[in-house]
Amino acid sequence: MIAVFIKELLDNFRDRRVILNTLIIGPLLGPVLMTVMISFVAKQETERMESALELPVVGAENAPNLVAWLERQGVVIEPAPEDPEESVREEEEEVVLRIPAEFAEAWSEGRPAPVEIIADRSLRYSGTTIARVNRYLSSYNQQIGNLRLQLRGVHPDITRPVDSQVVDLSTPTARGGQILAFLPYFILITVFMGSMHMAIDTTAGERERKSLEPLLINPMPRWQIMAGKLGATTFFALATLGLGLIAFVYAMGFLPTASMGIKLNLDFAVAAKAFLVVAPAALLAAAMLTILASFAKSFREAQSYMGLVIILPMAPSLWLLINPAKAEFWMTLVPLLNQNILIVELVRGESIPPSWFGATIASTLALALILAAIAGSLYNRPKLIFTSD
Amino acid sequence: MIQADKLRKTFNKGKVVAVDDVSFTARDGQITGLLGPNGAGKTTTLRMLYTLLEPDSGSMTVDGIDPLAEPIQVKRKLGVVPDSRGLYDRLTARENIRYYGKLQGLDKNLIASRIDKLAGVLDMGAFIDRRTDGFSQGQRVKVAIARALIHEPGTILLDEPTNGLDVMTTRALREFLLQLKMEGRCVVLSTHIMQEVAALCDRIVIIAAGRIAAEGTAQQLLERSGEKNLEDAFVKLIGSDEGLLA
Repeated sequence: MIAVFIKELLDNFRDRRVILNTLIIGPLLGPVLMTVMISFVAKQETERMESALELPVVGAENAPNLVAWLERQGVVIEPAPEDPEESVREEEEEVVLRIPAEFAEAWSEGRPAPVEIIADRSLRYSGTTIARVNRYLSSYNQQIGNLRLQLRGVHPDITRPVDSQVVDLSTPTARGGQILAFLPYFILITVFMGSMHMAIDTTAGERERKSLEPLLINPMPRWQIMAGKLGATTFFALATLGLGLIAFVYAMGFLPTASMGIKLNLDFAVAAKAFLVVAPAALLAAAMLTILASFAKSFREAQSYMGLVIILPMAPSLWLLINPAKAEFWMTLVPLLNQNILIVELVRGESIPPSWFGATIASTLALALILAAIAGSLYNRPKLIFTSD
Repeated sequence: MIQADKLRKTFNKGKVVAVDDVSFTARDGQITGLLGPNGAGKTTTLRMLYTLLEPDSGSMTVDGIDPLAEPIQVKRKLGVVPDSRGLYDRLTARENIRYYGKLQGLDKNLIASRIDKLAGVLDMGAFIDRRTDGFSQGQRVKVAIARALIHEPGTILLDEPTNGLDVMTTRALREFLLQLKMEGRCVVLSTHIMQEVAALCDRIVIIAAGRIAAEGTAQQLLERSGEKNLEDAFVKLIGSDEGLLA
């Protein structure tokens, strides 16, 4: 068994492409992608919030006071395009403010004066700008409204019967956890990718090379041969998992966490706990992929099956994305879902009951061992041994 | 020594009868040839002996051990060069052989000394430490043979060992097999090439369409068929010349 394990590792370590793909690119892909994505989004968001708002105004002469007020607030008023609708549709302008001719009339009569914000809400990037324009206008609204009430001797507070405020209990760490919601998905996919090549090479590859028949003539129970192969595959999966987590810890250090008002709870202690939680999933992935690949006659055929399996670790992450449910104990009994839940809780900095750890590791390990046992029995089927009969 | 008694094996739920009522004996210190056209059931018979297939009925023993009851024990006794050589391309010839030595449970030093010995006998010195990627057919067969003999088995099964070899390599291989015989081992080889059995085998078992067509020494087969040369004798005993000239 150990001889098989050592040989499979040696065999695959000789293949530079495998090492590059599984042990370097695989673990680095997730962290790098995530860091770049998050810092980009964060940077864009701050830029949009802090840079001066440039606002083309149509009919500025209809409401000189409003325009002057806006300029005092730091808004850069720009000349209006000829056809405001068209320029927004063509994405030349994000938002155009139109002040109709009847504004002055309505204003002097004390009726609500009409103002139009022309924008295309389906363009995602315009959301922030629309919100900013709205905020300026409602602030002006309130100011003028209060003045009018005061002129009539009414305290402005009378228009605010309820004073609602959100008391935000979220800690910077928990807000950071929100950013890391992708983390479980990346970690699980790393494990699956890490074991994929080995699972194929040790089974379908062995059949393709026609080396399976001679191998099985050796005086060893077949399950032991499979166990050695599975061990090697799991080792690779664990190695990619470990490297991936280390890469994540370093990569997250590059995020501008201070300016985002968050704190990332992903140090080596958390990573070590995550490793423990996901380790049984490495065996699970190895066994599952090995079973699949054992039925394939060639490397190519096996690879075509793998595309489908890769969706599996995604499923719980996607489900949590669509249906952000509160973590509950039963979830720790569902393999792969439980890893998702626990990693999220870990990076949120929540304290996790030991029973959750236990249930996660035990349930995943149980399923993994069942699959491993199935894999171990596969080579008792003559159909899986001979390729050319 | 191998004894096979009324072996029968079918595939596809009994629709294809690969081997039917095959009985023969292969003695120690002799080379026994399983001769037959392609698809006659030679490989299937060997696979039952080296435990990768289970017969539907019939029995067999290798040195008195039943492969069905004690597969692991039988595999220790056997050295097998199957139809598919299947080497690991990224490993050197030496590593390929060493792997099998370890799977046989041999000690490290013993493996090393046996590899040196086999490399000498099989003339593998020039390529023993090269990766097997790009090896010629002859080199591959040599590695496969060394791999199968690393535990010095008493019984050696070879499935079409000279397939794809050139004349010189074939001659060297025959020398080697005769040497194994002189050492008192039981050698069984399957082939569809008549010259091979004529040159090597003490006993010949002719298999055609899954059945034993004839069995005996070359001389006995000639007498039984009443023909003057072996080729005609085979054609007559098999009942057709189909596949023999392939």
